[in-house]
Amino acid sequence: MSKADELRRKAKRRKILIQAGLIGLSVLVIVGAVTTARTNLEAQGLTSGFGFLDRSTGWDYSFSLVPKDIMDPYARTLFVGFLNTLFVGFIAIFLTTLFGFIIGTARDASNIAIKSAATVYVQIFRNIPLILQLVFLYAVLINLPGPRQAMSMGDTVFLSNRGLMLPGLSVTPGVAVGLLLASFALGVFLIWRKMPLFRGLVVWLGGSILMCLVTAFAMRPEGASLVSVPALQGLRFRGGITIPIELFGMIIAITLYGSAYIAEVVRGGLAQVPKGLTEAGQALGLTTGQIWSRIKIPMALRSIIPPLGNQWIFMMKATTIGVAIGFSDLFYIVSISITQSGQTLELIAILAGAFLLVNGGLAVFTNWLNARMKLKAH
Amino acid sequence: MTDLSVTSPSRFRAISETLKKRAFSSPTDSVLTILVFCVLAWLAWALFDWAVLRAIWSAENVDQCGKGTGAGACWAVIDARHRLILFGLYPFDQHWRSTLAAVAIIATVVISCVPLMWTAKRIVTLWVVGFAAYYLLMEGSLLGLQQVTTDGWGGLSLTLFLFSSVVLLGMPMGLGLALMRRSEMPFVRGFSVILIDFVRSLPLLVTLFTAAVVIPIILPSWLEGDKIWRVIIAFALFFACYQAEVFRGGFQAIPKGQFEAGQALGLTYWQTLGRIVLPQVFRHALPSTINMVVITFKETALVIIIGFFDIMASAKAAFGTGEWAPYYLEVYVFVALIYWLFIFSLGQYGEYLKGRMAISER
Repeated sequence: MSKADELRRKAKRRKILIQAGLIGLSVLVIVGAVTTARTNLEAQGLTSGFGFLDRSTGWDYSFSLVPKDIMDPYARTLFVGFLNTLFVGFIAIFLTTLFGFIIGTARDASNIAIKSAATVYVQIFRNIPLILQLVFLYAVLINLPGPRQAMSMGDTVFLSNRGLMLPGLSVTPGVAVGLLLASFALGVFLIWRKMPLFRGLVVWLGGSILMCLVTAFAMRPEGASLVSVPALQGLRFRGGITIPIELFGMIIAITLYGSAYIAEVVRGGLAQVPKGLTEAGQALGLTTGQIWSRIKIPMALRSIIPPLGNQWIFMMKATTIGVAIGFSDLFYIVSISITQSGQTLELIAILAGAFLLVNGGLAVFTNWLNARMKLKAH
Repeated sequence: MTDLSVTSPSRFRAISETLKKRAFSSPTDSVLTILVFCVLAWLAWALFDWAVLRAIWSAENVDQCGKGTGAGACWAVIDARHRLILFGLYPFDQHWRSTLAAVAIIATVVISCVPLMWTAKRIVTLWVVGFAAYYLLMEGSLLGLQQVTTDGWGGLSLTLFLFSSVVLLGMPMGLGLALMRRSEMPFVRGFSVILIDFVRSLPLLVTLFTAAVVIPIILPSWLEGDKIWRVIIAFALFFACYQAEVFRGGFQAIPKGQFEAGQALGLTYWQTLGRIVLPQVFRHALPSTINMVVITFKETALVIIIGFFDIMASAKAAFGTGEWAPYYLEVYVFVALIYWLFIFSLGQYGEYLKGRMAISER
């Protein structure tokens, strides 16, 4: 046997040893953790398992899209938290993407004034921790005047320390969520059909509004008007949509912060579009808007979408800071459940599982979007 | 391009050329420029008026701030409570130690930005020395000073402590994970891939919360350690998983021939890595690494949720009780300004480096 063969065999043996060691160590850690957990839980008199999900909670929380009651079982309460996380997450994703594209385009503008305004915005909101912005904003919001002295815009929109009151369609919250989902599905359908950007936006907006009006007309309660406007009655507002102060704070804070990040992603993408292409557009007599929507954005999207997907996942994860102001997102519900029921391991597993599911789904959606947006010639 | 059209290139001409092109190229453009600048100027003036002109800088007591009488910012609250915000519950007569410790960490970060320090030996020495200086000063017992345990640490000093320990621990962990991910051994690679993807898809808050409440259940009590160290290790794991991806990007930029050249010279794996590959990887990964460090500094603000008395919590305490309660705005502006200064300057430095490296690669 040659020396080289011996060396190779030795190396192979070492690799097998290292891997076996790693597996052994992992198994040891897991087994150790499980046995310790069992003894610790027994000492505290806790039964492990998911049986607690059927017990009723007995505590209340701030916000829910569906009817809630303090006697709800843990399973339903956790589900409400999960819905809230998805709700805030998707609203934040929608708004940050919208504003991010606007601000990012402004960062790329040739006009100095617009460019510097966008730069000031990005540099302020990107460089302060999100949680500080949220707590700051919440402190300002809860110190607003009460409903009787609410700030109003044309007596239809009111802002007070109870929240933002908007005029809205006379439908139940469940129907409203259904409408949001339908609008989202329409958007996905339009992307799937590869509708051009501006026409797609027009079709999407028009379709969504039409859908809302038809549903509201069909589903409104007997005798109610199509649109209900908030009005002060005694000490509180009636009618319209009330966005509670916690939800309002969450949406505004995440949107302000996230838009600054997405603006940078968009700016980076736009900067990578070769200058010759814009000049070619100018030579053809296209307007600035046409150059933006037909040349720059389609080219830039290829490099924008992967980091944009990361930002969407970040936004979803960022909803966990709701706990700082008492917004009942999944993390908040889980942490209260842990103190109330003591089922730490099960609840943490549910929490982690929910985030793996949502973020996995978002990653799949981003990949699909990326594949859709690829230029055909490439 | 513009320079060619300017016959006598004076600075004034150049500026007016640019302005003509980029601010007043058409009537609508001009209106837009003036409108936007007016709004910006008005905002800046309103802020300046509130924060400087009508502000009250010091007051014997709260009444002099006179909330509701048209006075501006009441900076007297910072004057009265800055020690609480900066040092938390640290013993009052020992605040000089907390100051020195914070200065040690800031100096460490600043010195790391000097290219002269960018060798593995120097940078590691610098961070270990800076961190040790911080710990010795804050803890005190080894220097013969009054002992202050970690429960007593707070405010800005605690934020800096969390930040520096996370970066110090997380950096080698990140490198380790990146190397494991490149390994030829399937189980080693799989282990690293699963760990990285798992941690990256969980919110940081969940990771920290798990460290705070789950570890005591699944570890025997002799392994449990202080809550602060559990949280730091979990935070460092989070940092490492992201940093591993940054290093992976750096590794991908190195041609395979570099490894083969090392092998052909008879160098071992570790020699090739340490002398040839890693120096280049670090160079490539530098801008993204700075970005990661900036994000980490921002994310340390989350620890308030799991019950640490960091600068956010001490800010809340500063206006939370009694007399200064109406002046929450001033306290939050002060803390936001501290964060902003750190994060903005680090971020600008990162941008500068990126630009410099782009030039040297051309």
